[in-house]
Parts: sequence; C-alpha cells; structure tokens
Amino acid sequence: MSLDIREKLKILANGAKYDVSCSSSGSNRSNHGKGLGNSVYAGICHSFTDDGRCISLLKILYTNYCIYDCAYCINRKSNDIPRAAFSVKEIVDLTINFYRRNYIEGLFLSSGVILNPDHTMEQLANVAKELRTKEKFFGYIHLKAIPGASYEIIKKAGFFADRLSMNIEIPTEQNLKMLAPEKDYRGILQPMQLMKEGIIESKEERRKYRTSKAFVPAGQSTQFIVGASPEKDQLILKVASGLYNQQKLKRVYYSGFLPVNEYDKRLPAIKEPPLIREHRLYQADWLMRFYKFDVNEIVDDLHPDLDLEIDPKLSWALRNPWLFPIDVNHADYEMILRIPGIGVRSAQMIINARRYGKLSVDKLKKIGVVMKRAKYFITCSELPPAVKDLKPEAIRTKILTEALVPVKKIQKPVQLQLYFG
Amino acid sequence: MNIFIYDRTFEGLLTTVFDSYDLKIVPDVIVPKNNLQDSLFGNKIEIITDTVKAERVWNGLEKKLTDGACQLPYKAWLSEMKIEMLVYKFIRKVFETPFNIEKNYGDEHVLAIRQLNRKVTREACRTLEFLRFQKTTDNIYYASIAPPYNILPVIISHFEKRFTDQHWIIYDIKRHYGVYYDLQQTSEITLELNHVNTGTGRISNNAMGESEELYQYLWKDYFQSVNITERKNLRLQMNFMPKRFWQYMTEKQMLT
Ligand code: SF4
Repeated sequence: MSLDIREKLKILANGAKYDVSCSSSGSNRSNHGKGLGNSVYAGICHSFTDDGRCISLLKILYTNYCIYDCAYCINRKSNDIPRAAFSVKEIVDLTINFYRRNYIEGLFLSSGVILNPDHTMEQLANVAKELRTKEKFFGYIHLKAIPGASYEIIKKAGFFADRLSMNIEIPTEQNLKMLAPEKDYRGILQPMQLMKEGIIESKEERRKYRTSKAFVPAGQSTQFIVGASPEKDQLILKVASGLYNQQKLKRVYYSGFLPVNEYDKRLPAIKEPPLIREHRLYQADWLMRFYKFDVNEIVDDLHPDLDLEIDPKLSWALRNPWLFPIDVNHADYEMILRIPGIGVRSAQMIINARRYGKLSVDKLKKIGVVMKRAKYFITCSELPPAVKDLKPEAIRTKILTEALVPVKKIQKPVQLQLYFG
Repeated sequence: MNIFIYDRTFEGLLTTVFDSYDLKIVPDVIVPKNNLQDSLFGNKIEIITDTVKAERVWNGLEKKLTDGACQLPYKAWLSEMKIEMLVYKFIRKVFETPFNIEKNYGDEHVLAIRQLNRKVTREACRTLEFLRFQKTTDNIYYASIAPPYNILPVIISHFEKRFTDQHWIIYDIKRHYGVYYDLQQTSEITLELNHVNTGTGRISNNAMGESEELYQYLWKDYFQSVNITERKNLRLQMNFMPKRFWQYMTEKQMLT
C-alpha cells in the first residue's frame, strides 16, 4: 500500500498532465503578516517543461483510480496502469514545501472518481480546507469540480479554492455521451451555472461586508479536447463564447487530442496531435477576450474552420478588405487593435504617442508594430504607396511567402502569461 | 569635454542633474567612479552625493510625472548599461517641457527609457519566476541569483509580501551582495560564500536542512513527469525560460 512518495508523485503528476490549465491568475490573496504566501493577480509561471508549457501550480491527482471509463482518458478504469492515491497530509506537505522554495504558486488538484462523485469532491475540498485553515496557506488553489458531484459539496470547496474548473472536454452532448457514457452534459453545465450565481452573490456580499468569505475569487475555467470528436471550430468557439459571455468563465482551454488509448475505435486515428489547430483556437480565443472580436466575425458558415496557414486576425482582415487601410493617426483604439501586426501594447502606445505628434513609419516600427504585416493595412503620415492596391489574395500570398515564420515551425503558446504595459 | 564623475548610486546621479543646473555646465559624459575615468581627458567634475539635492530632483520628477512613471529613470538606471547620459537627458527633458512627456513614445529619449525599463522589469519578473530557495541547517531559505541587470532592489517587496513567516536570503553572486529577511525586516548583507557553489548556486550538502535534498528530488521528478513527449518543443521552452537561468534552477541541475 505505502508506495514511496517519489513513486506516487510520478504517477499522480503523470496522470494530471493532460489537463492543460495551469494558470495561477485572477486572485489577490494577501497574508497580512499572518501566514504563508499570497497570490498575484496576473499569475506567475515558475518553470517551463520541455514541451514549452508553463508550470505554475503543483498539478496532481488525488488518485488515478477511477470508476469511469472515458474513451479519451489515460486514467480510465479499463487501462492497466500503475495506480496510486495520496493522503491529505502528503499533498499538504508537498504543496507547502514546494511553495516555500518558490517552485510553485500553489496547488491544482484533480482526481479520478473513487466510490462516487460526492465522496471524491469531498476529499478535494478537505485538502483545500486543511491548507487554508491549518497551514494558513494564502497561495493559489485550483480544484477540479468533479462531474456529477452535488452542488453543496462543490460549494464548500469553493470557499477554500481560488478557482474551480469543470471540464466539458467534448463540446456536444451527443458526442460526450458516446465517448464518456457515465458523464452527463447537463450535469456539467448546471453546476457551472450555480457557481456563476454563487460568485456573483459572494462579490456583492463582500462589497457590503468586507470580512465575508470569498467564493471562487479567481472564477471558473473549463477545457475542450480538440479533435477527439468531429466538431468544427465554429461550434467550439461558439460554445466558448457563450461560456465567456453568459457563464462568465475566466478561461477556456483547448487541448489538442492525444491518442492515449489507441485501441479504442470510437476515437479517430491520428499520427500527431493537432497542435496548429489548437494554436489557432487560442489565437481566436485571444481575439474574443482582448481584441473585442465577436465570435461570428472569426468564424461563420462559409468559414466554419480556422485557417491553419494564417492567424485568425489576418484572416478576418483579408475577408474584410473594404475596412482598410486604417489611418493610425486618427482611427479609434478598437480599429487600431484590428490591424494585423499591431498588438494590444503597440495599439495603446500608438494612442498615447500620437497625441504629441503624427507618427511616421519609422516611429511605428520603433514602437513595436510589425510592419511586414501592418503595411498592407495602414496609412500614416507617409503612405507606403504601391501596396495599397493589392488584392486580399495577393496580400495573403505575399505575407505567406515573405513569412516571418514558416507555418510548420509556428510556436505554440499554450499558456501565455501576458504582461501588458 | 565635461566629464561628470558620480559614486554609482542613484542619489549620486540625481545629484549630478542638480549640480549640472547649479553649475550651468552640461556634461558630455557621466561615469561612475573608478570606471575608465583615467583614460578620459577633459574637464573632470566630481559629484558629491547629497541626499537633499537628490530629493529635490526626485520631487521635481514627482511633480511632472504620474506616480508610475517616476520609477522609469530609476529602473532604466538599474540596467547598468552606461545609460547615465540618457537618464540625464530624460530628466532634463521632463523638467524643460511644459507638459508631461512620459507617453511621448515618438521621442527617442522617452522611448529608450521605456524600453530599458521593460528590459529591467522583464528580468525582474523572470527572477520572481525562476529563483529557487534551498533550506539550510539554520532554517534559512537561501537563493542565488546572477542577473544581467541589478534587479535585486526591485524584487525584494514581492518576497517580503509572500514569505512573511520564513527567514530568507537572496544573494547576487555577480555583484557580491544580497538581502536577508529575518521575519521583521530586510537588510542588505554580504556573505562569505563558503557553503555555496557559485557555479550552480547550490549550497553544500552538509549545509542543507532536513529533507532539502528529498524536496529537490521530488521537484525534479515532478518536472519530468508533467512533460508530454509528443508535444516536445525546446525552442518554445527556451523562449519563455532563457538558458541563462538554468544554471541555478533546481529542476535543471544534476543532483549528486
Ligand atoms: S472520470 Fe475523469 S479520470 Fe475518470 S476516466 Fe473520466 S476523465 Fe478520466
């Protein structure tokens, strides 16, 4: 029974790694000199794995035993793999000792389902409670809300955690039924709705009584597996957009399908995980969250899938050529944000700097505008002539051939931490 | 050629600005003491750091700039990239322009100060991420750093807020100074690094506290276990976590 702690950690970290969320953002706990740790609103990454993903939290499973048999999951009950379970104390000790050494921002605890969802959720809540009350731990805690657990227990957990996440994994009810027969689509969405209401309520309480306890202050997140089922990007992004707008989710993660159970014929046979598609989905998600794009501008019935060759912002610009060129010395912030080659930071700098005088191509370059891209879409105090009359198709070809990075080598920011400023 | 010599402190540099106004002499170059000044020929003016004068210049900045922007010249100066003249020109420009210029990124000095500031801030942010403490036999958590810019002053408050209930030391091996937090306050220290391997930043095995080695192993195990081989992307890893940090990072070291 008593596996060596190193063995346990290897097994239970390995089982947790397919959940891509690792963010430690959205919370502002402070220890006021009476405990250990705090959390920084923007979140902090502490290391990066060989696959380039951020390590911010100690991401582990409470146990990888599971009574369910989801097709896409390494921990499903029909897999013959080494199994282990932590004790509450082991998790607490690991978290505190890693934290004190500045290895991590906190804990992300998930689990296979043991006995039943309620019992499992109870265990996760206990770990969080122990950390907060006994150890006076003010670092970040992210708990997985176990699908099917009753809201009462999820709610209890929410008063100790910074973030709760319920993974939808498969974006349509019918395909979820096929791949994860024990799970219930509505049973996942419903607690999300209740949590949202709980969060709003708690915020109001805290406005009135500053001492009342925070409930999931860093909000909820979820994850979709991309490519395990045949949904188009349009559908995935629409669901995501609804989750952001109606359920007020903080983050939606997209995880390119990895064939961990190749024997299962319900799943597509693929050679490589769809990493470029995943990357494009994150870019589209970015456009919705930071660039004020509506989901219907990014994908529509004519273009239900994102273009793999070019990013979704460029793709949008080429589909709407009549909006360009944009005069950077006069256009408003929203329009400047939409120019390919201009990011949030450059857009803000442009707005600030142009109050002092007209901006030239040279100054735009210095500010950080990627002129190779932007030149097709802007005018400023000096017009770059020739390019103005190019047709969208020609621009596309030109950008692709002069391309900054060949498509195949494109970098995949799975967990970007943004420093705006 | 007017050569101003200051004592390599920020107060000294602010005093330089003050004296330059006072003496009505514009420096052609400002150098820290003992820095090549013997090879420079010209009118050498040695600045005596004066906190009152420095304060007056600082207050002047506070009047003309927003709160956040006052830090700009200081952080840029921490880059130690021979930018004394730039800081000087920036401060004069701030004083001599009737309106606030902090966001005029079309201006070369404003833009340069901002860009240096970003460099220093980025390095400081990364140090918050990648610095690793090791627990010693006296229950002090010790960390080595060797940053390209002098970022230690910028990162202290983060660790003060976070690790309130443990003793810690952060030591800049390159600049031979560090800070020690003793549960009450943080003070500047210099150490004899007998128990620290300056190549790896590690403390020697007999100086390691109980379970320190176990946790280093556990952390390395964890780091290996969460990697997904099918997604390997070393370039991306290096983008986010530049190689110069690896030297002192537990998970990137061979444990003996
Ligand atoms: S319930 Fe969770 S752990 Fe269990 S098989 Fe399904 S996805 Fe895997």
